[in-house]
Amino acid sequence: MVSKVTRRRALKIGAAASALPLVHIRTAGAAGKVSIVFYDAWVPAGNIALKKQVDAFAEKNKVEVQADFLSTANNQIVITENAEAQAKAGHDAYSFATWEAPSHLDDLEPMDDVMARLAPKIGQPNATAAYLAKKDGHWMAVPTSSGAQVKGPCGRISILRDAAGLDVTKMFPASPSSPGLDTWNWDTFLKAAEACAKVGKPFGIGLGTTGDSSDSAGCLFASFGAELVNAKGDLTVRTDAVRQALEYAQRLVKFLPSNAVSYDDASNNRVLISGQSALIFNPPSAWAVAVHDNPPVGADCWHFPPPAGPKGRFVPIAAYFWGVWKFAKNKSAAKDLIEYLSQREQSEERCNATMGYDMPPWPSMMDFKVWETEGPPQGTLYNYPIRPWHKDVPLVSGSPAPPSIGVEIYNRGTMPTMMAKLLSGQSINDVMAWAENELEGFKR
Amino acid sequence: MADGSPVAADPPSRVRRRRSGMRRLLQRRSTVGVLFCLPMIVLIGGLVLYPACYALYLAMLNRRMTQFVGLGNFAFLLQRQTFRLVIFQSCLFAVSAVLLKAFFGFILAHLMSNIPSGRQRIWRGLLLVPWVIPLALSTLGWWWLFDPSYSAFNYVLQDLGFAPIPWLGVAWPARLCMITVNVWFGTSFFMIMYLAALKSVPEQLYEAASIDGAGTFQKMFYITVPMIRNIISVTVLYSLIVTFSNFDIVRILTNGGPEDKTHVFATYAFQVGIQSGDIPLGASVSLFMFPLLAVFAYFVLRNVTRRGKEMAL
Repeated sequence: MVSKVTRRRALKIGAAASALPLVHIRTAGAAGKVSIVFYDAWVPAGNIALKKQVDAFAEKNKVEVQADFLSTANNQIVITENAEAQAKAGHDAYSFATWEAPSHLDDLEPMDDVMARLAPKIGQPNATAAYLAKKDGHWMAVPTSSGAQVKGPCGRISILRDAAGLDVTKMFPASPSSPGLDTWNWDTFLKAAEACAKVGKPFGIGLGTTGDSSDSAGCLFASFGAELVNAKGDLTVRTDAVRQALEYAQRLVKFLPSNAVSYDDASNNRVLISGQSALIFNPPSAWAVAVHDNPPVGADCWHFPPPAGPKGRFVPIAAYFWGVWKFAKNKSAAKDLIEYLSQREQSEERCNATMGYDMPPWPSMMDFKVWETEGPPQGTLYNYPIRPWHKDVPLVSGSPAPPSIGVEIYNRGTMPTMMAKLLSGQSINDVMAWAENELEGFKR
Repeated sequence: MADGSPVAADPPSRVRRRRSGMRRLLQRRSTVGVLFCLPMIVLIGGLVLYPACYALYLAMLNRRMTQFVGLGNFAFLLQRQTFRLVIFQSCLFAVSAVLLKAFFGFILAHLMSNIPSGRQRIWRGLLLVPWVIPLALSTLGWWWLFDPSYSAFNYVLQDLGFAPIPWLGVAWPARLCMITVNVWFGTSFFMIMYLAALKSVPEQLYEAASIDGAGTFQKMFYITVPMIRNIISVTVLYSLIVTFSNFDIVRILTNGGPEDKTHVFATYAFQVGIQSGDIPLGASVSLFMFPLLAVFAYFVLRNVTRRGKEMAL
């Protein structure tokens, strides 16, 4: 059969075809496509919860979302991030770890509009978020709970009680009060470190060039008021505060494990899980693994705030941010997605999925139930978040130096290396001279 | 044509001449050679030459990558105490590892060449295992042996009543551990290269030397070494370049610690450039040895070419 297309019929088809784009058909990707990189959660259930939320957003807004989860292991997420920043191409939105956001503020789209819409619902984030993600008063990335953590102490209840006479469950019970807070200072910490070292369970604090080592050392330095570089960018190594911190560190390092200088970020986890250490500075991931791999140890762990020094109590945190690249193709959808994922409901869902590991940077979210209910022992995570009665200050180790210097202090492990030099027998003056020379180089 | 003027058609003879010229060009061996090499040239241009030039460009920018600073980054690096330590450690690591690999590779190749060919294949295969396993994986294995908390070596030492050694926690033991792993990994490569070279030395030379009363060492120094000198030079050059740019071993074993005393160029460049966000300085660190290695490569390859010509005469 031969069909005949007449001139009249061809005109009709042409008219219909040209009118087609005017008809709005809502399909799965009707509002376009958006791509985002998320941090690959240490607790795998975190990825599943996040993916579910992303799918719900995609369905509701008819946007096609490509969500890629990149690992922090071997810095895969950092390498890809730098490659995308250099190539000015890649995903629309990206997850930035603590010091990565300030490194890319010039490459990111302002997020003031998202933060303004979030403020009435969830309030303002903690001060460290502004330090890391604000440029000239503008928010360049949105702080998120996904991957963020607090790195306070996680101690063995029985060892601290028997060897050091500290009952951390009574000092920091799972209730809105901390009777032991006033006596929990660096002097008490030193005595406990010595007592635990004597019974062969030293505190597992690393002195390597790793994130955990920098965080623990930063917490110690900050509580003595020791800043290596001040907010203006001036070197402040030769100050009484730094000397005091080093004098204290000189006494403390003697009670740390002999191999503390070669610790990596997993070493402290391992010594706790294997039952070799009485205390480490870490988020609840070490405890969570212990519950699974070594249940008696897991059931004997308790999280509590760090000790206080002459200048206060500082709790090391690792932050995460969601930002939209300037070169993103679908900025509005990326911002909508970030706004959706930042809501309280979504943050709590992810926090529950990660057994309380994800720590929201929003003080308004410090009342999630998961930290009360998780165990064993039940209540072990109650004091993991920053509670108002702890009177502690969230700290990004390396601050308050300008971020371009702070990132080097942190990643090059300046503070733990200073402590490692003390351990190797160098004098405080030599260590200060070394630090001054090193920091001078970071100022370029 | 748009102006409506008629197109001047090529006369048939000129078209024929052009076609035959093209055919002649395609028939030339050099043209065919270039065409065959073209995919590789494009690959090298895109994946080696362009990144190298880009790295050079980056190394001449300021930290924010907004200003050209010439060789300023290199001058800055030389003033830094930590970087001078990195130069020392990189040279110590590369030179000692290459010398040891060459030494052990030479001995192994000789031992291997004396094994009858049937059994030689098994030994050759076994000795190549370290070189075949991905370096990152085998280094992880070594890391477990040296591990700060659960070192298998320390386990044995303690069992025998000795004190444990902080393998990766003190500068010199840590440096020795890095060199050991590199030697373990790379000796097989030297062995296989030398073994191939040994097989090409004419047997008559050794027979003649034996008749003249030459001993084992005389044969080695007056026949073997001169005959395989080119292979030795090229292997050492290649290994030196690769060892200088090694990343995996240091990254996995010590991450540059303790106190930055095991950093080499690659790990320091990664820490400065990628982790600390100073990409221009990181590029400068990674390019630091390039001129020295280029000059070294030039002289080695020139000597190799010269000796090749002498042997051909």
